[in-house]
Amino acid sequence: MHVLRPRSLHAALEDLASDARLRPMAGCTDFMVPGAATGADSDGILDLSLLSELRGIRWNDDWLEIGALTTFAEIAASNFVQEHFSALVEAARQVGGWQIQTRATLGGNIANASPAGDSLPVLLALDAELELSAAGGVRRIPYERFHVGYRETALGAGELITRIRLPRPAPNVHQSFRKVGTREAQAISKLSVALCARVDDGIVRDYRLAAGSLGPTPIRLREVERAVVGRTANSETADRAAEIATHQIHPIDDVRSSASYRRWAFARIVRRMTLDAYASSLQG
Amino acid sequence: MSIEFLLNGERIEVEAPPMSRLLDVLRRELGLTGTKEGCGEGECGACTVLLEDVPVLSCLLPLVQCEGRRVDTIEGLARSEAGPLIERLVSLGGVQCGACTPGIVVATCALLRQTENPTRAQVAQALAGNLCRCTGYEGIHRAIQALAEP
Ligand SMILES: Cc1cc2nc3c(=O)[nH]c(=O)nc-3n(C[C@H](O)[C@H](O)[C@H](O)COP(=O)(O)OP(=O)(O)OC[C@H]3O[C@@H](n4cnc5c(N)ncnc54)[C@H](O)[C@@H]3O)c2cc1C
Ligand code: FES
Ligand code: FES
Repeated sequence: MHVLRPRSLHAALEDLASDARLRPMAGCTDFMVPGAATGADSDGILDLSLLSELRGIRWNDDWLEIGALTTFAEIAASNFVQEHFSALVEAARQVGGWQIQTRATLGGNIANASPAGDSLPVLLALDAELELSAAGGVRRIPYERFHVGYRETALGAGELITRIRLPRPAPNVHQSFRKVGTREAQAISKLSVALCARVDDGIVRDYRLAAGSLGPTPIRLREVERAVVGRTANSETADRAAEIATHQIHPIDDVRSSASYRRWAFARIVRRMTLDAYASSLQG
Repeated sequence: MSIEFLLNGERIEVEAPPMSRLLDVLRRELGLTGTKEGCGEGECGACTVLLEDVPVLSCLLPLVQCEGRRVDTIEGLARSEAGPLIERLVSLGGVQCGACTPGIVVATCALLRQTENPTRAQVAQALAGNLCRCTGYEGIHRAIQALAEP
């Protein structure tokens, strides 16, 4: 077993181009877990942890760019992110315990592609874009197109996730994230929900809803969005959102929860979040 | 492969496969058995060490990622800043079987480096990844709160 430790992204991409079987490793919180499909049984490993150019958070025009190696602890501690992307901070604070958050990276959470990944529904609701890099060049794709099936992604051979880009949210967008687990800390979610909504003069103007652990991939609930935008923000609209939302998901029974509980809890959370977005527009 | 890093303030060199868990290197190669293995999969926090002042799980940390970096274990901390905390854990019911104690001490030291007098909620958040199946956590909270008393 050999481990390559490139010091620049350029060198890392060259390494991957010459041997596409190299497995990238970042914070190792999935990679080193015994029995995890990702891990240490691979022939060769590409350690990304020295690529400081992929670490950190900055504004670039109207986009927030988060390097793929940025940890959840760094995200939660960023004033920028706290101010503009509160839902992402909520999710970051709920990934595992402190010792996981100091090591787990945003890029690793995305690449690992578990339907229970906590950042994933938030990135969907925030209209994230991914920067994917290979020795041959860089491409950007809407994050919504990244997860193509259960643990299957659009990442090509020789590609790394290099940056996560988030458009600057319009003022007075209300963001929320809710994760339901067996206990408050360090529990894999039974379901998770993220909402970004804007209500102006009592009308829902913008509504982006996404969920995790309710199907083979995290999902953006476009049907609900279409049904709700333009309507009066009231409890009838919230009921309607919850009703349509439950028809868009495909929950399963597994060790963490049952499909019927997930459906029930999801409807209640969507309803509550929608009403909260309305309430916050009245305060704003 | 030979890997060099700073362990409890001393420069050391270890000859071991790069993907060895730091936990095994500490316990088997270096005889530092204060760091405990509970679950071996990131869930329990018993194996917590500091990597550049930050608490991490040594069961999920490959040796190669320690190269050139600063690692502190319970042995080093017990000789320095953790003394008063350990005394209070023992006298105020924060230790029963002791399996979780080294991890709890290391994580608490990391918290105290950031926040001098943490609230109960801050302690609970910092220790969310440290499982204790004996004490019910009350004695642990009591001991940490008692640090603020003279
Ligand atoms: C005890 C415990 C609790 C956890 N709790 C949660 C939780 O509450 N919520 C949650 O969402 N997750 C949780 N996780 C899972 C894990 O912490 C996250 O998925 C984490 O974000 C993975 O990031 P990492 O840097 O550790 O990735 P690694 O483990 O290093 O890598 C994970 C995978 O991603 C690939 N990869 C990493 N970076 C890149 C990149 N830049 N480009 C391409 N591929 C890449 C690797 O090849 C590997 O397949 C938990 C894990 C443990 C052990
Ligand atoms: S032994 Fe490392 S977390 Fe349990
Ligand atoms: S004292 Fe026994 S696990 Fe904490």
